[in-house]
Amino acid sequence: MYVAVKGGEAAIANAHRLLDDRRRGDRSVPALTLAQIAQQLALAVDRVMAEGSLYDPELAAMAVKQARGDLIEAIFLLRAYRTTLPRFAASTPIDTAAMRIERRISATYKDLPGGQLLGPTFDYTHRLIEPEMAGDRTVPGAERRPADPHRSAPRVTDILGADAMIEPDGDAEPGGEPTDLTRSPRAYPAGRDARLQALARGDEGFLLALGYSTQRGFGRTHPFVGEIRIGEVEVEVDLPELGFPVTIGRVKVTECQMVSQFKGSKSEPPQFTRGYGLVFGQSERKAMSMSLVDRALRVDEFDEERGSPAQDEEFVLAHCDNVQATGFVEHLKLPHYVDFQAELELLRRMRNEQADEDRHEEAAK
Amino acid sequence: MTATLPGYNFAYLDEQTKRMIRRAILKAVAIPGYQVPFAAREMPMPFGWGTGGVQVTASIIGPDDVLKVIDQGSDDTTNAVSIRAFFARVSNVAVTTKTLDATVIQTRHRIPETPLSEGQILVYQVPIPEPLRFLEPRETETRIMHALEEYGLMHVKLYEDIARNGHIATTFAYPVKVEGRYLMDPSPIPKFDNPKMNDCPALQLFGAGREQRIYAIPPYTQIESLDFEDHPFRVQAFDRPCGLCGASGVYLDEIVTDDRGGRLFACSDTDYCEERRERAA
Repeated sequence: MYVAVKGGEAAIANAHRLLDDRRRGDRSVPALTLAQIAQQLALAVDRVMAEGSLYDPELAAMAVKQARGDLIEAIFLLRAYRTTLPRFAASTPIDTAAMRIERRISATYKDLPGGQLLGPTFDYTHRLIEPEMAGDRTVPGAERRPADPHRSAPRVTDILGADAMIEPDGDAEPGGEPTDLTRSPRAYPAGRDARLQALARGDEGFLLALGYSTQRGFGRTHPFVGEIRIGEVEVEVDLPELGFPVTIGRVKVTECQMVSQFKGSKSEPPQFTRGYGLVFGQSERKAMSMSLVDRALRVDEFDEERGSPAQDEEFVLAHCDNVQATGFVEHLKLPHYVDFQAELELLRRMRNEQADEDRHEEAAK
Repeated sequence: MTATLPGYNFAYLDEQTKRMIRRAILKAVAIPGYQVPFAAREMPMPFGWGTGGVQVTASIIGPDDVLKVIDQGSDDTTNAVSIRAFFARVSNVAVTTKTLDATVIQTRHRIPETPLSEGQILVYQVPIPEPLRFLEPRETETRIMHALEEYGLMHVKLYEDIARNGHIATTFAYPVKVEGRYLMDPSPIPKFDNPKMNDCPALQLFGAGREQRIYAIPPYTQIESLDFEDHPFRVQAFDRPCGLCGASGVYLDEIVTDDRGGRLFACSDTDYCEERRERAA
C-alpha cells in the first residue's frame, strides 16, 4: 500500500517504453522519414525553428517526429539542444531588401517596384478538404521564371522613408552587441532589441491573440500591412581576421512591416510609425501578429494612452514564451501533497474552531 | 540525414555558464535573502520542474560530491528520480538517499527532518522567488519595494488573514525575514520547516530557473518567520505519530488507504522514516 508512492524509477522507465511504442504506432505503417517531415510538413518545421530559435530544418524535423507532432514539445527539444551550442558571433544585420523573394505583397500600394508576388499562399484557396490528399497524386511542377538580377524590390518602408512620411528606422549603436535574452536575465523596461527577440521566439497563438486584441480596440494602432515578404536572405558575419563580412549561409525568413498612424507630438511631426515582425521560415500569421504587438508595445515612445494587455511590456514579455509557460502550467501535475496536507490541516482546524464556536453559542442561548 | 549530438560537459552546463551561475551564487551569499538575477539556461527538463535548482546544483557539484534529491521529502517521487538520474548520467557523481551521507541535497517542498550539518549544501527548487508577487504582480514595483525595505503590504496581508479567519492562512511558502533585512520566499515548503532554516549550519541556496533568480542563506543566518506579538508564528502539529515508524514532531503525509475514510499518516521524509524502522528492527 505504502508502495504506491515508491517505485518511481521502474514506472518512469516503463512509461518511456510505452511512449516509444505509441510514437511508432502500427508497425505495418512505414515510419516517417525526416525528409518527409521537412518537405511535406514544412510549416510545422518552420514554426519549430522560429520558436525554438534555431535554424536547422533537419534537427527541427527530428524534434517534430520525436514529439509526435506536439509542436511546443518539439520547440522545447530544440531549445534544450540550442542551449548547449557555443555562441561564436553575432551576424551583421540581415538585408531583407536583398532577399531572394518567394512572396511579397503590399496592402498599401496597388503596384510598386518589384511587383506583388503571391507566392505559395493559402490565401484565396477555398478551404474545401480535397479528397485527392488521401493519395499520392502527381503534382505538376510550379511555373518558373528566371530571376532578374536587375529588378529590385525595395522595401515599402524605404519608399515611404524617402518622402519622410514614416519615422526613421533608427541606427544600431555602433559597435554595440545586440542583447541576447538567452544569455542575460530579463529586465524591464527592455530595449527594443530584447523585446523583438522575445516576440520572435514567442508563442504564435499568444501573439496572435494579443495582436487581434489591438484590432478590437484594446490598444488600437490603426495598422496597414506596408509589406510582407518571404524568402531567403544571406547571413553574414564579420571576421576580425579578414576585416570584411563573410557569408556563412542562407536562412528563409518572413518579414512584416506594419505601418501605423501617428498624429504627431511636440517634438515629432505627424507621420507613419512602424511595427516590425521577423520570423524564421514561412509564417505570415506570426510575423503579422508580432508586428502588431511590437507597435502596441511602443506606446510610451509616442506618448499614447496605455492600458491594454498588448501595450504592457512586462505582461507580454513575461508570458509570451511557450516553453516557459507550458513548463509552469504543467508542473501542477507534479506531486504537491506536502503543501496540500498543510492546507488540509488548516481547513480542518478552522472548521473545528467554527464548530466549537457554534456549540458555545448554542449553549449560551 | 543524421545529426550527431556532441558529448556533454561535466554536469551538463558548459564551464562559462557555471562561472556565471557561481558568480550569482557568491553575490547571493554576500547579500543574504536578496534575489540575484541570472541568465537561466534552457535545461533539458521543463521550466517549473526544478530547472533553477538543477542549474545551481550543476554549478556547485564536483566529482567527489554525494548527491541526494528529494521531492515532497521523498527520494522516490518521480521528479526526484528523474533529476537524480539526470545528474548520475551527466556528472557521474555518487548518489544517496541518506541525508547524513549527502554533501549536496536538492529539494522540492521539504527540508529533511535529520538536522543538516556544516559542509552540507541544501539546494531548493523555487517556482516563484518573489514573496511579494501575489500582492504586487510587477517586477519593476517589487524590486523597488525590496530596495526601500517596504514590506508593510505583507504585514497587512497577514493581518487581514487574522481579521478574516482568526489565523494566518499561509501554510506553505510562509514569508521570512533574512537577518533582519530582506523579505524572502522560502519556496513552497510547509511552514513546519521554516524554523529549520534559522541558524542552520548548512549553506542554503535557492534557484528559480524560469524567473531567473538565485538567492541564498549562508550558514548560521537568522531567519525569522513573520508574525505579530499577539499572533506568534506557529508550525503545524499532528495529533498522531507516524503510522510506520512512530515518529512524532515530524511532518506527515496523509495517505488514503481505502474508500471508506481509511487514512495512514506517515513521515513525508522517507529516508528519516526508513532509518528509524531499520534501527527498530
